[in-house]
Amino acid sequence: MIPVGFAYERPDTLDGALALLAEHGEDATVLAGGHSILPVMKLRLAAPELVIDIGRLAELDHVRVDGDELVVGAGTRHRTVESSEVVQAEAPLLAAVARTVGDPQIRHRGTLGGSLAHADPASDLPAAVLALGGTVVLRSPRGERSVPITEFYTGVFSSVKEPDELITEVRVPRTGTAGWAYEKFTRRANDWAIVAVAVVDGRVGLVNMGPTPLRAAATEAALADGAPIADAAALAAEGTEPTADLTATADYRRHLARVLTRRALTTAAGA
Amino acid sequence: MKVRMTVNGDDTSADVEPRLLLAHYLRDTLGLKATNVGCDTTSCGACTVLVDGESVKSCTMLAVQADDATVQTMEGLSASPEDLHPVAEAFRTEHGLQCGFCTPGMVMAAVSLLRETPRPTEREVREGLEGNLCRCTGYHNIVRAVLAASGQDPDAVIGGGHATEAPSGGVEVAPGFSTGSGA
Ligand SMILES: Cc1cc2nc3c(=O)[nH]c(=O)nc-3n(C[C@H](O)[C@H](O)[C@H](O)COP(=O)(O)OP(=O)(O)OC[C@H]3O[C@@H](n4cnc5c(N)ncnc54)[C@H](O)[C@@H]3O)c2cc1C
Ligand code: FES
Ligand code: FES
Repeated sequence: MIPVGFAYERPDTLDGALALLAEHGEDATVLAGGHSILPVMKLRLAAPELVIDIGRLAELDHVRVDGDELVVGAGTRHRTVESSEVVQAEAPLLAAVARTVGDPQIRHRGTLGGSLAHADPASDLPAAVLALGGTVVLRSPRGERSVPITEFYTGVFSSVKEPDELITEVRVPRTGTAGWAYEKFTRRANDWAIVAVAVVDGRVGLVNMGPTPLRAAATEAALADGAPIADAAALAAEGTEPTADLTATADYRRHLARVLTRRALTTAAGA
Repeated sequence: MKVRMTVNGDDTSADVEPRLLLAHYLRDTLGLKATNVGCDTTSCGACTVLVDGESVKSCTMLAVQADDATVQTMEGLSASPEDLHPVAEAFRTEHGLQCGFCTPGMVMAAVSLLRETPRPTEREVREGLEGNLCRCTGYHNIVRAVLAASGQDPDAVIGGGHATEAPSGGVEVAPGFSTGSGA
């Protein structure tokens, strides 16, 4: 499978990338790790005129602590997120979730920013950042803005990111030793989740339970009121709109959400 | 557009279309046919090569993305047919292949795995090769070969307590795989 022909630019700086994006707008596509966009282009579901490769921008590839937050550059590879001692210490959920993405070859290429920008409801990392209560930092020639992840997604493959904006970094609170767990249910190795549940510090993020990653609000409220784990987990599918596909019916997804939430809460509680 | 990259120690360059995949640059432009294209959808791992030392599926990377990079394929792994790389040698002694279609990708993925995890458990080998499919062997001898290449005795590692321990931390991907030891 061969993509439709395109022009290719690899700017040396973030500003250079932003200028190209502003100039070409919707005719251009940004390429980071390429592990979502190249498969789509090979299937000819996308045919950009220009591909802007940001995959080597050092400005986007960093992990650091800033006050109460862990900051991860958008161009940081899944493999780096998974193996970084800083991420493992400050937000162990994020490192563990990165390790469940695809397979090692995919994790050597795919990036955190690409995963968040792609906005696939079956992706692991958006729900992890949601459970962590993180923020997405966006930049365009018009300036920089921070969007809480709770306000970032608008639907399947869509977000509030404007066509001239790039994600530059992702900021998550330093959760340190707070209890966490990730339960991912797949049909086979190297696959996306049918449903997955991320738990950290009493917050619950759901993968593939609707058009966007979701928080299990009823479960979180019950936990805050002191409900036992089993009772709180039974509410995990409240307010969700899972789809049916070849791997699962909507009812089966609701069932999985409840079971995986119970398991994740139990693990996170250290019980 | 012009790309240059070092492939198996040799400088290579060509004028290519940006849409040319790295797999096709290796196979068609350079004539290095060990790297197979199986699924063409990032699933089977037959096209795995090393880019700057890390395993990558070359059906999901553009040749222009590898501009200036160092690439290694199965052809460049062993010094000669008589002097095989330890991973290739172990695939031979442990019978880690049958038809051989998956083998170049499997071997390159194993080389990358052993660089990151020099002394893996059985579970780490199985998870580390989850991006590579084999239709023939049932994987068992491939796992043995990678353990042997790491300097361990496969018989001692497989089925031992060391081999079946879950990774630490609160992460679980289910259904898991069979360890072949009833665990
Ligand atoms: C076989 C296979 C299995 C996979 N399994 C999983 C899985 O289990 N779980 C999972 O979560 N993911 C999975 N993935 C997806 C993988 O995680 C991708 O790496 C990720 O979704 C996209 O990251 P990327 O850097 O490759 O982005 P790209 O493919 O380069 O880009 C994806 C999209 O995001 C845009 N983009 C990229 N970076 C930025 C940025 N900084 N700012 C603005 N826009 C940007 C691009 O324009 C494009 O539209 C899998 C992929 C494959 C091929
Ligand atoms: S051909 Fe590249 S993964 Fe199958
Ligand atoms: S040996 Fe035939 S596919 Fe693996």
